[in-house]
Amino acid sequence: MDTVYILWLRQMKHYFRSGSRIIGSIGQPLLFLFAFGLGFGPVFEQAGETDYFQFLVPGIIGMSILFTSMFNGIDIIWDRQFGFLKETLVAPVSRIYIMLGRTLGGATIAVFQGIIILSISLLVGFQPHNPLIIPAAILFMLLTALLFSALGIAIASQLEDMQGFPLIMNFLIMPLFLLSGALFPLKNLPAALNIIVHINPLSYGVDGIRGSLLGLYEMGLWLNLGALSAIAILLLTIGAYFFSKIQI
Amino acid sequence: METNQKPIIKVSNLTKKYGSLTAVDNISFTVEAGEVFAFLGPNGAGKTTVIKMLTTLLDPTNGSILLNGYNTVQEQRAVRSSFGIVFQDPSLDDVLTAYENMYFHAMLYKIPKNIRQERIRNLLELVQLWNRKNEQVKKFSGGMKRRLEIARGLLHLPDILFLDEPTLGLDPQTRNLIWEYIHDLNKQEKTTIFLTTHIMEEAERMADTVAIIDEGKIIKMGSPQQLCEHTGTTTLEEAFLSLTGKTIREEGPDNGRQILRNMALRRK
Repeated sequence: MDTVYILWLRQMKHYFRSGSRIIGSIGQPLLFLFAFGLGFGPVFEQAGETDYFQFLVPGIIGMSILFTSMFNGIDIIWDRQFGFLKETLVAPVSRIYIMLGRTLGGATIAVFQGIIILSISLLVGFQPHNPLIIPAAILFMLLTALLFSALGIAIASQLEDMQGFPLIMNFLIMPLFLLSGALFPLKNLPAALNIIVHINPLSYGVDGIRGSLLGLYEMGLWLNLGALSAIAILLLTIGAYFFSKIQI
Repeated sequence: METNQKPIIKVSNLTKKYGSLTAVDNISFTVEAGEVFAFLGPNGAGKTTVIKMLTTLLDPTNGSILLNGYNTVQEQRAVRSSFGIVFQDPSLDDVLTAYENMYFHAMLYKIPKNIRQERIRNLLELVQLWNRKNEQVKKFSGGMKRRLEIARGLLHLPDILFLDEPTLGLDPQTRNLIWEYIHDLNKQEKTTIFLTTHIMEEAERMADTVAIIDEGKIIKMGSPQQLCEHTGTTTLEEAFLSLTGKTIREEGPDNGRQILRNMALRRK
């Protein structure tokens, strides 16, 4: 337990000591919220849908959690380049605990970001249908964050340096974001897109957060919970396995 | 008393290949418990690759290593509980303070709470960083970082201590201080010391046994005296030069994987 705790604590210290990281990772979601929310709002309303800003806030929270968690996982590559990874890899503790500590640290930061975005949205007019259910939204944030932190670690364990990073950004993180329910409703999608969206784990996270905040799940509460938990456990297992096999 | 025990490190037919490049070529040697063992060789000879395999960071292509009686591939946890290491290249967390780096290590190595603080303080005082303990490591000079790395490596008391060019970039005062401490550690705690260095006087002064490795092979092993006698020289430096030649080794990355990576880059 000490191992998990100390690695979690390290992530916290890194996060709170990097002002630019906090501002940067909050600025981007806010930009998306502002541009999409105001830009697409009128079209959305003309189509007879309700307030697009309301619809978008949970999607942007999901996006922020996706980005933050994945980046946190990929931090391992930095630790490898700057040598610190070795210090943890030769320690006489199970690498699974080290991986878990890192995942929990990354997930905590991501949830924290999600809560900041939610708070800012509440300030500028976002109205959850029942404030008492906000903890359910936070649970979904946590599951989503664990899932993508584990995915980030699984990928980073296989990479030797930062050269693969743009590839991950363009071919994984952006598609995960754009091809989820973050920006558009799931009903009446073309068949191909519909399939992709349902394979994408982020869709379940976003729908879970959105359902909790707005009171309507498109895919169902239990499906969201089940899918997120199952994929999170699977990715944690794969991530832990890859992490334990790292060679330097 | 230790000499009649089983060797604490037993390396058998160890080989590491990166593609067609053989970094370590079928080497075997043993290190007795309680001895100071110096592993010497020119740049790129394979020293660091061997240390990586000894410390479970890298799996051998062939051959096996028993460290403290445990196999480095099959019994990694037990192996990792047996040693401490000061790496050749940096391995500190820059964002954390000196104290936090030490504390992190103490937690990972399960140093009991009641002696944790005292150990950290003693070692930070030894390397004269106690008054800078709350500064982030990124503000430290190269020498200060090196001192902190060494202090951290000495924090827990392992059976075997690996020191991969520990005094690289340190001034003579600090070097002497560190070697003195390591000498005491070896005598008082019976810690086995496995070291690499390019400063031959250090090896000559410290080591019971010296192994000279070149191009992935051990070319000679024995006490510093034996090496001198064998080569008809008076200092270990002369013995080293007579065994490995005077030509400068091709400057390049010091491990095979890096060489491969660079080759891959060039192909792109």
